[in-house]
Amino acid sequence: MDFSLKVWRQDSPDAPGGFKTYQAKNISPEASFLEMLDDVNEHLNTIGEEPIAFDDDCREGICGMCGVMVNGHPHGPQDGTATCQLHMRKFSDGDSITIEPWRAAGMPVVRDLIVDRSPLDRIIEAGGYISVNTGAAPDANVIAIPKEAAEASMDAASCIGCAACIAACPNSAANLFTAAKIGHLSLLPQGQPERWTRVIAMVETMEEYFGSCTNHGECESACPKNISIDFIAMMNRDYVKAQFKNFAKIGQ
Amino acid sequence: MTATKRVRVHDRQGWRQWLGGFFSSSIGLKWLMALTGIGLLLYVLAHLIGNLKIFAGVDPETGAYPIDLYSEALTTLGGHIVPEGSILLLFRIGLTSMFILHIWSAAVLTRRNRAARGRGRYDATREYITATYASRTMRFSGIIVLLFLIFHLADLTLGNANPDYVYGAVHDNIIASLSRPVVAVFYMAANVALALHIYHGAWSLFQSLGTVNVKYNVLRRYFAGAFAAVILIGNLSIPLAVLAGWVS
Repeated sequence: MDFSLKVWRQDSPDAPGGFKTYQAKNISPEASFLEMLDDVNEHLNTIGEEPIAFDDDCREGICGMCGVMVNGHPHGPQDGTATCQLHMRKFSDGDSITIEPWRAAGMPVVRDLIVDRSPLDRIIEAGGYISVNTGAAPDANVIAIPKEAAEASMDAASCIGCAACIAACPNSAANLFTAAKIGHLSLLPQGQPERWTRVIAMVETMEEYFGSCTNHGECESACPKNISIDFIAMMNRDYVKAQFKNFAKIGQ
Repeated sequence: MTATKRVRVHDRQGWRQWLGGFFSSSIGLKWLMALTGIGLLLYVLAHLIGNLKIFAGVDPETGAYPIDLYSEALTTLGGHIVPEGSILLLFRIGLTSMFILHIWSAAVLTRRNRAARGRGRYDATREYITATYASRTMRFSGIIVLLFLIFHLADLTLGNANPDYVYGAVHDNIIASLSRPVVAVFYMAANVALALHIYHGAWSLFQSLGTVNVKYNVLRRYFAGAFAAVILIGNLSIPLAVLAGWVS
């Protein structure tokens, strides 16, 4: 299969970027989107041009490193799929494909298609942890957890932190990412001790970098793990409840 | 790799450690928008129910229009217990505050969102998957409703924009106003904008307030659609009836 690629090239965060057109020739329909880019890069290497820089790691849709805007769709047109799991058979021979980096002020382009996602780490650092006792490992299933809570928590925990939700959001909001990270811990007994401090710390760190939610729901459609915006509603509720919880300071 | 620039920092010192801190966060502002939105929805519904009295015509025995009596009843709310017009004044203060807070929170959030978006625009045409036309045009439908509201108050409450305005003669004022085709068309266009605004807002407020329940989530969309439809059909019926000559 042959494709005409319109790719965003940018040498450094401060350099002005621009689109360049490349031809991808003889691509197997079984090739993944990233393998197609590898092919193009091999060719660029042979003609002495700088290869297209893009993030990737596991290439099996679980690490969250990859992710580009493909024809205006985060991670491409296929629902619930990361860029690495998108295959070229989903396109038609001769298609022209526009490939752009995620765009958000809080997540600037590092080079070509790579963006700086370290603000997501800052959000996790602010509260994405729980307290556990050290020592011998406790017996499994000592703490009873309702099956529904475990399932819902697992749904939230399936977030791979790829930032497609931020890329899809017209406001560059990271609410789905943050809500998934909060929901995953707050639904479980182990997450309760820090529940109220966590939601305040993570939400307010999120707001230092990203926009706010206007309930479009685009993030949910873009999410390669199909995480529901119900988690955002849960975060909103916990954030207001947390304003009234300061039991630790009673008597002070 | 350059250090990412922080867009803003929450200062939780001083007054902000109280609820001010909550309302300076975007989630708090969305709460404010949703709560004032609920107030405004209730107002719009009450306003519609009151206005539909225009179809009651004229009382053949007294010669009075029920809608005129309704407007008079609004000024005498509270009967002889409170000074005349004071309850209406309280309603007007509450309503104006809700409008101001609703618009203020929208303005603050819009400014923040623009900053968060930065200069980054996607080159490829975005094909929105779940974002509706209504959700993407909230700003514009809101501004259209606001502009209409200013005219509407000048037209039927203050009378500046209506040469035939007579204080208290609600029925005659409405007929005189909506008999002007330009006004009737503006009235209907603004109500389409209002219905779009409600279609997204009445769904979105549940999400902002965090009233999420898997069993009842599906009802939120129907509720918003039904609310918008009732307001649209009800409000459009009045200018259409006046233009068609069904009420005079």
